[in-house]
Amino acid sequence: MIKVLFFAALREQLGSEQITVPVAKPATIADVIDALLAIHPQWQSAFTQSLLCAVNQNMVSRDHPVNAGDEVAFFPPVTGG
Amino acid sequence: MVKHENSAIKIAIQTADFSLSDEVNLLEAQNEEDGAVVTFSGRVRNNNLGKKVSGLFLEHYPGMTEKSLHNIIEQAQKKWQLGRVTVIHRIGQLTVGEQIVFVGVTSKHRQDAFAGCEFIMDYLKVSAPFWKKELSEGVENWLEAKQSDEIKAKQWQP
Repeated sequence: MIKVLFFAALREQLGSEQITVPVAKPATIADVIDALLAIHPQWQSAFTQSLLCAVNQNMVSRDHPVNAGDEVAFFPPVTGG
Repeated sequence: MVKHENSAIKIAIQTADFSLSDEVNLLEAQNEEDGAVVTFSGRVRNNNLGKKVSGLFLEHYPGMTEKSLHNIIEQAQKKWQLGRVTVIHRIGQLTVGEQIVFVGVTSKHRQDAFAGCEFIMDYLKVSAPFWKKELSEGVENWLEAKQSDEIKAKQWQP
């Protein structure tokens, strides 16, 4: 299982800040998104917008591998400072 | 919070305000080898994209924020000769005029201190996981990332 976190505008759009999804190995971020959309098909449009993702708190691209126990996060482009 | 007595790097994510003079004192205390101190501070302005702004709410990704700031500072330390580095970023509800962010850098000479401070701020803008929700004319809106910030950060790439 993989823990998935959502932040900021995405968290509000989905109405969820955290979810656990099963992912068959070997998996990538793209597979995690497929697993999320299988559970929540209504999240499709939220995941077509520009989003960043992180694995274990490091920014990665969508082809990055994901393993059981990893912390995955999705969030909008950052706007701090 | 990491203090300068033990490390050259201090990173703080906090709801509380900070004092510019206290932070400069910390950068300078028992630091006789550095002649240059460059600081940047950012505050909530009362306007954005032609609209009145009355406040901001700042969210972050606890854990990743500290990790990404550490990473940015390490990159700066590889590029320039830096002595001490402080990054403070506030979170939560902030009103107009309040301080949001502080970046302070010391170095033997000004060129490295100026460049290091600007680099850290430019990369914080595009890679540290903070998000601003703006309260403008009674409506709350998550701010969108600016392309100009991406372009500015890319200018540091060789």
